[in-house]
Parts: sequence; C-alpha cells; structure tokens
Amino acid sequence: MMANILEVKDLCVSYGKVEALHNANLTVGEGQIVTVIGPNGAGKTTLLSAIMGVLPSRGEITFDGAVERVPEVERMVSRGMNLVPEKRELFGEMSVEDNLVLGAFQRYRMGLRDHAGTMEEVYALFPRLKERRSQMAGTLSGGERQMLAVGRALMARPKLLMLDEPSLGLAPLIVREIFRIIGELRKRGVSILLVEQNARAALQVADEAYVLETGEVAMSGPARQLADDPRVIEAYLGLGGKHQDRLAVTGE
Amino acid sequence: MLLGQDGVTNGAIYALLALALVLVFAVTRVIFIPQGEFVAYGALTLAMIEAGRLPGTVWLLLAAGVLVVALDGLDALRRGGVGRLMKVVGWNIVYPLALVALMRFVPTDTWPLAAKVALTMAVVVPLGPMIYRVAYQPVAEASVLILLIVSVAVHVAMVGLALLFFGAEGSRTSAFSDASFTVGPMMVSGQSLWVIGTSLALIVALALFFGRTIYGKALRATAINRAGARLMGISPALAGRLTFMLAALIGALSGVLIAPIATIYYDTGFLIGLKGFVAAIIGGLASYPIAALGAILVGVLEAFSSFWASAYKEVIVFTLIIPVLVWRSLTSHHVEEDE
Repeated sequence: MMANILEVKDLCVSYGKVEALHNANLTVGEGQIVTVIGPNGAGKTTLLSAIMGVLPSRGEITFDGAVERVPEVERMVSRGMNLVPEKRELFGEMSVEDNLVLGAFQRYRMGLRDHAGTMEEVYALFPRLKERRSQMAGTLSGGERQMLAVGRALMARPKLLMLDEPSLGLAPLIVREIFRIIGELRKRGVSILLVEQNARAALQVADEAYVLETGEVAMSGPARQLADDPRVIEAYLGLGGKHQDRLAVTGE
Repeated sequence: MLLGQDGVTNGAIYALLALALVLVFAVTRVIFIPQGEFVAYGALTLAMIEAGRLPGTVWLLLAAGVLVVALDGLDALRRGGVGRLMKVVGWNIVYPLALVALMRFVPTDTWPLAAKVALTMAVVVPLGPMIYRVAYQPVAEASVLILLIVSVAVHVAMVGLALLFFGAEGSRTSAFSDASFTVGPMMVSGQSLWVIGTSLALIVALALFFGRTIYGKALRATAINRAGARLMGISPALAGRLTFMLAALIGALSGVLIAPIATIYYDTGFLIGLKGFVAAIIGGLASYPIAALGAILVGVLEAFSSFWASAYKEVIVFTLIIPVLVWRSLTSHHVEEDE
C-alpha cells in the first residue's frame, strides 16, 4: 500500500467567530499530485496556511508519519514541507540567486550545505531563472516571479510542495509551462498539493481532487472521475469547454 | 581643523550606532532606544575590568540568562529533548557563570588591553539577544508604537541598572594608543585613528556579512518580506536575536572605542544613542549610506557648535532633526503600515 505523506483530519480554522474551514479531511499519497479546487472564498488558501502552521487551527495533521499537534512554520519547513503562497512573497530587492539561496536556509541551518547542486537542478528546470540570476526579483515578469517562487521552494528539497494558485494572473502560455513543470516535478518524486482556480488544468494534471465550498469538502475522488462529474463540469469547468469536447468525441 | 577631526571621530561612532538602529528597525520594527545603553555598558564594563573589579553587567547577564531559561527551557525540552535543553542552559546559565568565575579568580586587570576588550564584549554582547528574548519576542507581532513603548521601558531599566552597577561616577579607560601624528598643520591622535579605522572596518565587515553570508541574507530577507522569510524557515525569533546580537556588538564596541576619549557616565549612552538616532532619521530609518553620512554631519556639527556656542550644542544637533523631518514628510508619500 502506498504511504501517505500528508493526512489532514477534521481541520477547523476560525477567523474570530467566523469559521473559514470546517472539519476538512484530506490525504496526499506519496508521489501524488492532489488538487483542491473551489470558488473564491471557499477556504482553499486558509487550508494551506493552516497545514503549514501560518494560521492556528484545530484538528489533526499527520505529515510524513508524525502527528503535528500545533504545526509551526519553521518546523514544517525543516521536516520537508514547503508552501508557495499566492502572493509569491519574493524578496523583491534581492537578486534571483539570493532568493534561491535563501530557499535552502533551513537545510543550511541543519548542516546540509548542498545548495549549489540543488541550484543547478532548479536552473535546469527553469533556464530563464539562470539567465536572470543577478537581476532583482522585483523586476521580473509575473511568470518569472512564479517560477522563482517555485524554484525557491524547491531549493529546500521538499517532500511535499504546496502550491497556492500558481497560475493566478499569468498568460495562458505561461500557465501551460507552469503545469508542465508541475507534471515534471511529480516524475521526480515530489508530492504536490495544488490549490487552483483553473480547475480544468488542475484536474488534468492531478491524481486526486477535492472540491472545497464554503469551508467544507463538498466532493472528493480521483481527479479524472471528478472531471467527468456533471456538478463539477457545471460549476467549475463550464459548458463551453470540456463538456462540449466530450460530446464531440462520443458523437463520432 | 581640530574641530573637524573631533567631529569625524564622534561621527564615526554615531555612524555605527545609526547603522545598528536602521538594522534593528528594518528587521524587527523596533525603534531601539536602548542602543546607547550598550555603549555605556561596554565602556563602563571595560573601565571596571581595568580597575580590577567585577562588573555588575556579568550578574545582569546571569539574571537575564536565568529568565531566558525560564521562558524557553520547557519548550526546548518538549521539542528537542534533553540535548536542546542543555544547549539553552549552557548558553544562558553556564556561560555567564563561567565568566563570573573567570573574572573572580583570574586577575584580569593585568591582561593586555585587547584581551580586556574581548572580555568586555563577551560580557555585554550576549545581553542583546537575551533582551530580545525577554522583552521583545513575546510582543514581536505588535505595532511599532507598542514596540517603542517596550523600548522606553528597556531603556529606563538599563539606565537604572547601570547606576546600580557602576555608580554615579564617570569613568575613562586608557587609550588604545598614545601615539599622535602630525599631518600638515594637524595633530592626529592615535585614538582617533583607532576609532575611525575600527568603525570603517566594522562597516566593511557588516557589508560583507549582509552581502555574502546566508545568515546576513536571511536578515535582509526578513527586513524585505517577513512572511516570505518565514516560509523559508527563517523564524522571526532567530532573526530578532541575531539582529540584537549585532546591535549589542556594535554598541559595546562603540563604547569601548569612545571610552578613552570621553568620560562615560551611567546615563551617557542615551545622549550618544540619540545622536545616532538623529543620523538614522536622516536616512529615514531605511538607508544605510545616508544614515552613515548623516552621522558624520551630526558629529561635525556637534564639534563646531560646541566650540562656538557650547551651551547650545545639544540644541543645535537635535534641531537638525526638524528640517529633516519636514523635508522627509514633504517628499515622501505616506505609506500605510501593512503588517
């Protein structure tokens, strides 16, 4: 049986009296890509922040075989979990290379000084970053920033990479590139928890999928199955796209 | 010319303090009023070591260490087991005790000056991170104003303790060098050269630290984007302790440098710190080079005004801040605090 890298049980997060996440359950298997889709304000970002320990939460989070009662960011990073937040949170007035080096900070602290090698791997994945290595991060284009944010997270050699809306605000061509890289990362054995508004692309690349609505998991199952579910199609994929494609295929 | 030389010497000290203030503010958003106290602590601790007495600062170090262990001990034990606890105890209790023992049983007053300076630094510098842990870390996420209020409290406490440790008498220490040189029409004292040289060396060392080492970069990253730095595993607590250690190092070293050329009283630090603060404000608490230049300006202005209008020298120096603030508020757009 495949081991699970992440298990989330009955996770609740409240902002004051407002409950943003209610009894969420979620599992990420080792080497899998799991996506969480859902409309704005459904609690997707809240879910990632709570798992990472940025936000206080109730519930049980098991990461890499050990229960984290009170997840704490620094500890989660040192155990191999990394979050690429929606706002990227790059170090704008520092060079691309410095941003990458800092991605390996926690490993460096733990005495694993292999960041030079990891950086070559990241550059191989994102040749564009290598071209711009000495440029300030704040001067990069949107797509390059996203690449840098992902590259910086990869510098920590994560076991689980959590991506929050990696395609947000990017041109379609760049979005395709980002999803290609997500697929590439899976081949390298990185487990990925992907939060996306771009449901079509997310369901295509993912193994498992969850639909989050108003703070609760509304649906879950294999990504392919969800992509065919009429409710998902209607709410997230739209009638114009895949549904039509499918009709066309069956019509032949 | 003599005044100018005096001004540049003092300015070099103010520059160091201004850099420390900018650094502390950028990384932790703390306006570090007690920066000057480290100057007094450094100078007076060295003076007491020279006099062959046990400086009270080492007891403060022990007391602060005990507090840190009380705050962190249980947490360390829970998280990292006995090993981590021993590390916390070692740094915060065993280390101060070792210093006490060393000073009590070894006649440190006969040591060469450099060793005495090193000993002073060993006593004063660890106070920085300990003060951060005890006073600031519990309220690290609070607003700038609350952090400022904490700073005032720390300042008052440190001045009071300084009076207790060192008494109301001022002290001077022996000069690093009695040499003096004649350059053209000017007499340059060896101590001035020491001050300026050490300041420059420290500034270069700081620049290298922030530009080349991963810990320096981590501090810069925290100053630029706190949330992003956290996600890299750079904890605000680590950044805060490291920053305060640098601030204490700069303060104590400034104190050691200035002690032979000025009589330091228990409360002198505040005034010196304030002048560094004026310089830091000239740089908008953000720009290191402008803060350093501002510090030289403050030093020179102070030297000349003490000659021509000595009763008003402090007034003139601190009045400098008003046009700077007016100019700053006119030229810069108001930025909402976004944290």
